[in-house]
Amino acid sequence: MDRIYLDHSATTPVSKEVIEVMMPCFTEVFGNGSSQHFHGREASKLVDIARKQVADAIGAKVSEIYFTSGGTESDNWVVRGVAEAYKTKGNHIITSMIEHPALLKTIEELTRSHGIEVTMLPISKEGFVCIDELKKAIRPTTILITVMAANNEIGTYQDIETIGKIAHDNKILFHTDAVQAVCSMPLDVVAQNIDFLSLSAHKFYGPKGVGVLYRKNGIKLGKHITGGEQERSMRAGTHNTAGIVGLGKAIEIAVRDRDKNNKYLSELRDYFVSEIHSKIENVYFNGTKSDKRMPSVANFSFEFIEGESILLRLDLVGISVSSGSACSSGSLEPSHSLLATGLPIELAHGSLRFSFGLSNTKKQVDYVVKSLVEITDNLRELSPLFARKEGGTFNV
Amino acid sequence: MYNEKVMQEFAAPKNVGFIEDADGVGKVGNASCGDIMEISMKIDDSGIITDAKFRTFGCAAAIATSSVATQMIIGKHIDSALNITNSDVVETLEGLPPQKIHCSVLAEEAIKDAIADYKAKKSL
Repeated sequence: MDRIYLDHSATTPVSKEVIEVMMPCFTEVFGNGSSQHFHGREASKLVDIARKQVADAIGAKVSEIYFTSGGTESDNWVVRGVAEAYKTKGNHIITSMIEHPALLKTIEELTRSHGIEVTMLPISKEGFVCIDELKKAIRPTTILITVMAANNEIGTYQDIETIGKIAHDNKILFHTDAVQAVCSMPLDVVAQNIDFLSLSAHKFYGPKGVGVLYRKNGIKLGKHITGGEQERSMRAGTHNTAGIVGLGKAIEIAVRDRDKNNKYLSELRDYFVSEIHSKIENVYFNGTKSDKRMPSVANFSFEFIEGESILLRLDLVGISVSSGSACSSGSLEPSHSLLATGLPIELAHGSLRFSFGLSNTKKQVDYVVKSLVEITDNLRELSPLFARKEGGTFNV
Repeated sequence: MYNEKVMQEFAAPKNVGFIEDADGVGKVGNASCGDIMEISMKIDDSGIITDAKFRTFGCAAAIATSSVATQMIIGKHIDSALNITNSDVVETLEGLPPQKIHCSVLAEEAIKDAIADYKAKKSL
């Protein structure tokens, strides 16, 4: 059975071009970038090249790029580092209700351990942060506004340029988690008023375990990991040379091929969405249908049935997707992002995220749609909610 | 995360449906929690459950527990069906992940609810 992978928002395969540049780092250029000798210098040169590739991709300077282990670490660093460095200025952080747990859980912890106060901005039905609410939330003690560039569940793009402008007009720092966005959304930290930005290589066809924190020069930030002098003594630890080199190449390719990939993915996604709407009843598209969204994501709620059941039935016929309900991941709560958009909890339980990638084809979409028609039919036959809707005999 | 037995029951559940002229119907859970389980049964004059069917809105564990619960009660007297606990359901499924144990509790409750409905109708 040829498996079909439709979970590219979770992670992507490493592209061949990326693997090619990574391979020598395991054998020939294996030196410790901090060593002064030839082997060390050779590794250090490759890290420098990657740093330039990242800086160029987001309009930053090389001195503003810090390599980390991924998006979660970068998010943690910003929140903890700003709370520490600006504690005399204030203790208030503004974020949104649909951020990644890497941010929300970290902020929540700081409310207990460091007296941080937080305002969670509400979200519109289509998944956008309410800008008016942001303006109202600002206090003299606000030290950080953090809003993601693109949402990992419904793919909505936030107006980060405007949010960053509001932050700067009020002398507040602005961080954006751009982990999902970088593949499809042009990023320019200067034009978009960004002080901190998080990236993770495995979301853009690079390796896992490596990411980036961009910090605008001149802005204070607490040290993250102490030890050696790597990353200007801010984030110690021997460089993951192969990972960093892979990240650099991957982001270069992502920017180089962005327009072409966006076109391919949005056509595939649009075809999928229209097929679902025409072949399955009682299904709802979550998020926005405007152009302010990732081209790779389609999130649907299937009424009367539950997400994990659909996910596992799809898995049985060779299709990998993600359940909007976090049921399968050990928590029984449905997606906090979908609930934040005002989606009724019953529908949030029945939601699935399909995220397309460069290896997906129209033929695969046809197979997925055909499978979904059969599976939703079958699971609805099992559902007491569906029977009721059809005028069944059972009364609640 | 699920064992083979659970996946088998989930992929091909037995006794799916609703008995139109049921003698007892039980329905537990609610949609906002993500699980609704409904069991309908035919019960003969001697108190033996001669048929049982289920309809469930929920995850794979909820569907699998419903399926085995109906299999476990068919042919049993209502008194022994009432003795079935959620642990018996879990055992039949050869185990469930900890966060899915509540599904087996729903199955036990659905059986008890259906039998209570039968008794109420018969004024037993």
